[in-house]
Amino acid sequence: MSRTFYCRGQTGQQLLLGAYGALCRQVGLGRVKMFPRTEMLDLVVAGGRARGIVTRNLVTGIVEAHTADAVVLAAGGYANVFFLSTNARGANATSIWRSYRRGAGFANPCFIQVHPTCIPRSGDFQAKLTLISEALRNDGRVWVPKRRGDTRSPDAVPENERDYFLERMYPGYGNLAPRDLASRAAKRVCDHGCGVGPGGRGVYLDLTAAVAGLGEKVLCERYGNLFEIYERISGENPLHTPMRIYPAPHYTMGGLWVDYGLQSTIPGLFVLGEANFSDHGANRLGASALMQGLADGYFIIPYTLGEYFGGAALGEVSPSDRPFVEAAKEVEDRLARILAVQGKRTVDSFHRKLGAILWEHCGIIRNAAGLGAAVEKIRLLRAEFWENVLVPGDAADLNQELEKAGRVADYLELGELMCRDALAREESCGCHFREEFQTACGEALRDDRRFGHVAVWEHAEQEREPVRHVEPLTFETIIPAERSYK
Amino acid sequence: MKFTLFIWRQRNRGDRGRFVKYELNDADPGMSFLEMLDFLNQRLIERGEEPVAFEHDCREGICGCCGMVVNGFPHGPEKGTTVCQLYLRHFQEGAHIHIEPWRSRVFPVIKDLVVDRSVLDRMMRAGGFISVPTGSAPEANTVPVPKEAAEVAMDAAACIGCGACVAACPNGAAALFVSARLGHLGLLPQGQPERERRAKAMIRRMDREGFGACGNHRECEAVCPKRISIRFIARANRDFLKAFFVHPGKA
Repeated sequence: MSRTFYCRGQTGQQLLLGAYGALCRQVGLGRVKMFPRTEMLDLVVAGGRARGIVTRNLVTGIVEAHTADAVVLAAGGYANVFFLSTNARGANATSIWRSYRRGAGFANPCFIQVHPTCIPRSGDFQAKLTLISEALRNDGRVWVPKRRGDTRSPDAVPENERDYFLERMYPGYGNLAPRDLASRAAKRVCDHGCGVGPGGRGVYLDLTAAVAGLGEKVLCERYGNLFEIYERISGENPLHTPMRIYPAPHYTMGGLWVDYGLQSTIPGLFVLGEANFSDHGANRLGASALMQGLADGYFIIPYTLGEYFGGAALGEVSPSDRPFVEAAKEVEDRLARILAVQGKRTVDSFHRKLGAILWEHCGIIRNAAGLGAAVEKIRLLRAEFWENVLVPGDAADLNQELEKAGRVADYLELGELMCRDALAREESCGCHFREEFQTACGEALRDDRRFGHVAVWEHAEQEREPVRHVEPLTFETIIPAERSYK
Repeated sequence: MKFTLFIWRQRNRGDRGRFVKYELNDADPGMSFLEMLDFLNQRLIERGEEPVAFEHDCREGICGCCGMVVNGFPHGPEKGTTVCQLYLRHFQEGAHIHIEPWRSRVFPVIKDLVVDRSVLDRMMRAGGFISVPTGSAPEANTVPVPKEAAEVAMDAAACIGCGACVAACPNGAAALFVSARLGHLGLLPQGQPERERRAKAMIRRMDREGFGACGNHRECEAVCPKRISIRFIARANRDFLKAFFVHPGKA
């Protein structure tokens, strides 16, 4: 049995390049205009409909409003709220968060997928975590030493002193157990003191038995450049030394609420892909982000957008209309406010701190006390941000610190909402594991009667608490049951 | 680890630009090259100075935006790697490291190490695609592709469009970039109908944008982070010549 197949680690990249080629063709034909180095900083709602956006040109700093008949957001997820994630560094939550602040409902913000097979962090300077294809779990065995604090090199640990914990806990699936279970199991053995590598936050993914069985040649044909990537980062050769892995935030199942036509709670605002909450529930399955990209972009939006245009009487709007002028002014004021603080702490130091709070309290395992504490900690950190952040330069130039500062200011609000959502969901389901709600053998305990619903948060002005709405989930054919991988 | 860095600082396109020296005494050998720049930038900000602007996104060697010249080599001295996948353990203690933006007139400097590479987008627009609207292509598995062709096409498709080949070329040619696109599409059945037309359009566009011509220096191949072979340039030249027989017209 195999979990997934590895193809030079490039399946996603090749899809992206294909889409980029198709986009270039449309740009060449004059049907699409591309705005590189431009960032959306707000949504414009006029007459109760999404009618445009406010952007900032990252090179010149010019802020301007654009009018539209409809706005389509395909801005990706928000795993970078954790600072350290497997996402590209530029990915951020600003466009969806600003839309939330303009009235779009935000669904299930606490549903975060933590991927089990990432290269562990090597120090406080770490800026990014790298995912290693989980295809390796087809041929590798995951283990830690049985004894706590065992610092022997892996080849010095005899077979009977190794804990192949996934095989022990989930004999039916073994090393191929689903992502959420594998991540949780890895955290638990490390919390228990059996983790390996710097800080004891790592487990072995051992291919040495596969090398003996299949031979180096077969493995290199299968995983070629993957070994090279790992060796470059860690300085170790996976064919001779077991790889070290540790879970890392990878994907956000939560996002803006949309209906089956991908329209958010604001008419005319459509949200596609990871930016919306749909399809994955509490637990995305491997490779299904691609499925969602295809379904949303290819099967749904080309039809539902036309339906919206056909059914809506859209009047003329102009960038000089009041909602556009006001939104642009608000964006400029906010940028000026960030620059005016001139405090002592860098943007990154706030972001790292926020990430540490979320990872500890709203990560793989959560509980009420921790989440409550996290809400308070994040509020204090947010207050400090607006009094003590240090952003050099000005707004009329390429200013990467200013770009980051705006995004981190949004994360400081989003992080709190994630914790509130996790606190309100008093059950365990999929990726969301609350310590208080587990079965006798430590597995997730759902409460479908009280929580068989989507939680949709509505923003409230003036620092008032957001409102939690529910959309009930009804199952007609297949009734949810307990997941078992024993 | 201890390093002396000489980093190109340039406020904007109009500024003349200069190397500025920075001493770093406590870098960690496990840091990536970009983490070292992050580390330096945190210090600069805390001292009230402007941080060094540089581009980065995926930090996994696949997005193609982090290019810079390190000690004279695009993406640095290691073979087959982008600068984000370059680690300090590959440098000697006490080393002097010169860091500059891509050197090429077609990539104007925006700020410090950030350059404008939109010329690569313009070449893509000239023909780096197949003219089939997304969604209307037949199911890919119904068109068999020999494994060998798929593998070679994939070698070319690995191009991340970083521009290192241009920055390394003494002639300032973009031959490797263009030929990687042409090779990728030209080897697969879906790319056949426009094969010659595509070669003509992209190579003409390259000339018009002010790139030099290929002189077989092979510098591009030596610095390519994806190790793309100059064999694709030969293949592109063949398609380009063939285009004049298939579609006669002015060069």
